[in-house]
This record gives sequence, structure tokens and C-alpha cells, in this order.
Amino acid sequence: MRILGISAFYHDSAAALVVDGDIVAAAQEERFTRKKHDAGFPHHAAAFCLEAGGCDMAGIDHVVFYDKPFLKFERLLETYLATAPRGFRSFRMALPVWIREKLFQKGLLRERLRRIAGGEAWNGSLLFTEHHQSHAASAFFPSPFERAAVLTMDGVGEWCTTSLGVGHGSRLEITKEIHFPHSLGLLYSAFTYYTGFKVNSGEYKVMGLAPYGEPRFAGLIKDHLIDVKDDGSFRLDLSYFDYCTGLTMTNGRFDALMGGPPRKPEDRLGQREMDLAASVQAVTEEVVLKLARGIARSTGERNLCLAGGVALNCVANGRLLREGVFENIWIQPAAGDAGGALGAALAACHGIAGQPRAPRHGQRDLMKGAYLGPEFEQERIEAGLAAAGARFETLPEQQLIDATAEALADGKAVGWMQGRMEFGPRALGGRSILGDPRSPTMQKVLNLKVKYRESFRPFAPSVLREDVAEWFELDGDSPYMLLVADIAEKRRRQMTAQQQALFGIDKLNVARSEIPAVTHVDYSARIQTVHADTNPRYHALLSAFKARTGCPVLVNTSFNVRGEPIVCSPADAFRCFMGTGIERLVVGNCFLRKEDQDPALVQDYKDRFELD
Amino acid sequence: MEFLSELWRFMRARKKFWLLPILLMTALFGGLIVLTKGSAVAPFIYTLF
Repeated sequence: MRILGISAFYHDSAAALVVDGDIVAAAQEERFTRKKHDAGFPHHAAAFCLEAGGCDMAGIDHVVFYDKPFLKFERLLETYLATAPRGFRSFRMALPVWIREKLFQKGLLRERLRRIAGGEAWNGSLLFTEHHQSHAASAFFPSPFERAAVLTMDGVGEWCTTSLGVGHGSRLEITKEIHFPHSLGLLYSAFTYYTGFKVNSGEYKVMGLAPYGEPRFAGLIKDHLIDVKDDGSFRLDLSYFDYCTGLTMTNGRFDALMGGPPRKPEDRLGQREMDLAASVQAVTEEVVLKLARGIARSTGERNLCLAGGVALNCVANGRLLREGVFENIWIQPAAGDAGGALGAALAACHGIAGQPRAPRHGQRDLMKGAYLGPEFEQERIEAGLAAAGARFETLPEQQLIDATAEALADGKAVGWMQGRMEFGPRALGGRSILGDPRSPTMQKVLNLKVKYRESFRPFAPSVLREDVAEWFELDGDSPYMLLVADIAEKRRRQMTAQQQALFGIDKLNVARSEIPAVTHVDYSARIQTVHADTNPRYHALLSAFKARTGCPVLVNTSFNVRGEPIVCSPADAFRCFMGTGIERLVVGNCFLRKEDQDPALVQDYKDRFELD
Repeated sequence: MEFLSELWRFMRARKKFWLLPILLMTALFGGLIVLTKGSAVAPFIYTLF
């Protein structure tokens, strides 16, 4: 049975194909259209999934959309009704979109599916799952567990903002929900807005900023903004927020409470923003921990599965793991709305079509390392690069690995595009920019000359799975870069009293460990463990780098610049290579040096994308 | 027609018939806005969509 899952019309559109319970393909539309967070119907992603599955629309048994538009409209109407006449302006602006399009999504979907079917009407079954049901399915069904508690948290779906449930075999039951307007995701987004970042994309910047600050506003948040009960359930005091009725996340009362207006985007970041970030991060962690403890008590389960945008908060995930509330935690790598496409397909596969879930025998998970996107054969890579005017040499496998490891050990920034593209927001060694983590200047160089992004933002390490415990305070799998743990004590460097007294971003310039480029100011790191079975070539590269340097760790950041979707094709990779300070590019077996390239192909890349 | 029958089934399933007059008013009001306005592009606010 072939099931195509779709998420679209909000943000991060995606498609996923599940065949008899096996996840065959999944991709986000933004990677094809080159438009960050593309919300349009995922034509390209769906066409790719069909191609990967070797079928056309006629071969698809069900198409499943990841949420229920009528339920969402009901929430909108009831919210406006409850707050009238205050929300009239926002209501007036929302209404045309709904009247023209969103209420008629079923027809719209059929029409778009017809286009993918080459103009032929597609009359197969079109199903809709609830937003959090999709998230929960994406968390439990591909997980390595036979049974588990399931927790999903995000901004808002239809009504639900947080759901708790239990999965067992092919059954998944949601047992408790917290409804809009009370939302942990929206609380975090309110602070994202207030600290001057873009809602829906700047949340991870707030998380990265948090370690620079002190949580001095945490008490204020808990006293006034959120009431958290012992089981983790919570209510927000809506008199401080504007998102139900207005066009911003917070209001004047919120400003008065926090002692000033929101920071303007691109204004200088100060200690205050860092403290605000640290505070909302601390409160979020507390709520997540309480929710997890509550669900552990009520279900008695030993395993936990997580999804929803809040599950991308890898600092909270790391804390959850360290506190030992559950023996094992598994987080869906595409935890945001893109992953809803996969969850919708899996929910239909096991829940509606009744297909049994394959028993788990201690294997890791069914996500195939999240390498579920398009890949390019060597011939296509060479043709693509040649067409773009690239000068390259084609090397055999071992020579390629050696040349790349050598360049990295020399301190060069390397663009690395291999195999299938990742599904989800993280680059995991399929579409990555790599660097030497031992270099004290690598973090700054990558941020300012390669990625063109804010200098405070940390980088993540990739480490050989077998060596992770030697370098980090973690001895488990973290293949999707969704767990944060500290650098191992023995790898840290003692700070002088003068260095310890530094504040904010000045802290970052101090080398705090043997691998300073991936050591955040609080000694934490967002770890990706690399496994030989899911990404053998990346594993071989790390092994070669270790053989040269004694260090089994590399800096791994996504292959893009600020505001750009991660590269998908060889042509995208070459464009980004020529527009940034990347010095070597490795695509398939092709090896490119920046100095060999035609200088006429260098382009101004930095301003091409809208800042995120 | 399919849309109307689905909307009816939705209200039955959710036991929210009281939404009907509001929906009618919304359709009227929304129709007016759509007819009198060129663009259906709304600002990017988290919960609108």
C-alpha cells in the first residue's frame, strides 16, 4: 500500500511517501523552490517522492493531509468571537484568505494532485489527520520502541498545542491535550518576537543566545505569564499577549512587565536579550520536564517519543535525557511541520489502513538516518557541475576521503554534498559545510565569511559514534543532532579569572576546550553521532580526519547561507561555494578547489536571500 | 455542494450548529471583503492560518 503524506499552506511544506510501512522518501518543498519555509503546495517534493517510489499518482492508494482545515477555522471563529470586538482588524485580514482558499482545501488539494498526475483527474482516497495526531505518529511509528509514551508540543495545530499519548505496536492513542490559546510554543515565539527575531524561524537563535545570559526574568515569567501545575499542564495569562486578536505576539502590558519595548530586528543584541532568552529557555525546560514526569507517572512507560516544533529545542531534550525521567528518548528529526507529512502518512498506514507495524528487535529506528531526500548519480553530478562552469577532478573513493580530510586538517572550510538529502532542518553530513573544530578561529570565520550570520551563533559537532563518550558527556546515540550535552571534563580548558569575568559575546572568543569551534559558552554542544551503517562515507571521512589529527570530531553546519534553504542539487552547491568563503567543495566523487575556479563565476551571494 | 455537505457533517460531528449563523454572516462579510479588495494576502501572524 502506497501512501503520500502532504503538509502545506502554512509553512515548511513537505511530502513523504510510505510504502507498506516503509519510509521510502521525504523532502521539503523549500529545497527545490529555493524559497525558505516555502508554504505552497509541495509539487516538487511530491513529484520527487513518486519518482523515488517508482510510481505515479495512479499507484497511490491514499493521500493524507497533515491537518484539518475546518477544525482550524472553527478555532479562528471561536477565538474572534470570544475576543470581539478587539480582534476585528486581524479577523478582517484573515478572512479573505480563508474564504478564497483555505476553506476549500479539499478541492484545492485534488486540483494540485491532478497537476502532479499530468492533468489526469486523481480520484483516490484523500484523507485528513489532526495536526498533533500527525506529529505523534511521526514520533512513535518510526521510533525504535515497541511501546512508548508520546509527547508533542508546538505553537498550535487546530486547537491542540500539546498532546500526551501512548503508543503500543500499531496503536497510538492520544490521552490528554492542552488547547489554544495556552501554548508553550507560542510562549517561546512571543519571546522570539520580543527579542527581535522572526517568529517561526528565529526560535533556535533564542535557544543559541540563552547560554550567554542569566535567567533573571524566569521568576517574572512564572509569576505573571504562565501558571505551571505539577503534572506540567499550564495556562498562559493572555492579558500579556496579542496573538489572539492582534498582529503582534506581545502587547504593551508585556513590554511594561519586561521593562521596555521589543528589540528591533537587526539592532545590536545586548545582555538584556541574552537574559530574556536564558529565562524563557529555563521556563521551557521546566515545563517540558514536568510534562515528561507527568506522563511517565500516568503511563508507567520507560520510553518517550517527542515531536512538534518544541521538540527541536535540543537543549531541553538534553536536559530531559540527563534527568533520567525516561530510560530512552527518541525525537523525530523532522519534528516541525514538515515532519507532519510523514506523520500523516504513517498515521493513515497504521491507524486507518490498519497495516501492522513491524516488530522492533533492538534496531535503531526506521528513519534511515533521515537521508530520505533526492540523491544524484555521479554522471549527473559531473554534468551539473560542468554546466555550471565548474573546474573539478573526479577522484576514487579513498583518494577523495584523504584529500578532504587533508583540507579539513589544514583549516579549510569544506562544502560536503553526498548521497541523499536530509529530511528535517538539520544537515547531517549529506548537505553540510565542514570545518576543523580544533581551530580557535573556525567559529568566527564560518559565521562571518561563510554563513554570513550572527557571530553569537554556535556550531554543532559531528562525532564518530564509537568515540562520543571520549569527547562528550554522552554515551548514547544522537544521530539527528537533537540532543545537547557537555564537552567531556577532560577535554575542557581551565579559564583564568579574567576570562571567567567576561560577559555575553566576549565569552565566545575564549577557547574553552580542545574543540573550541563547537564548544558553546556553557561548555555544551549539540551533538550528532555518525554511524557507519547510515552514512558510511561521512563515517569514513571522520575516521580519516581522526587518523590525521587524533580528533574524531568535525564542525558540521548546514550547507547554505543565512536565509537560504539548504542546498539540494550539485548546481545549488556550486552556487553557494562560489558565493561564500568555502574553500573546497566535494560533491559525489568530484573535488573542487576555490583557486581553480573561474573568477568570473564568483557571485555576490550574501544579499540574495531575505534574512531569517 | 460537496463543500456544503462536508461543512454540515462537520457541524454535526462537532455538535456546533450554533456556528451556522456565524458562518453565514462570515461568508457574507468575507464575500464583500474579497469582492472589494484586490489581494487576499494576509500578514504573517502565527495563529491566523
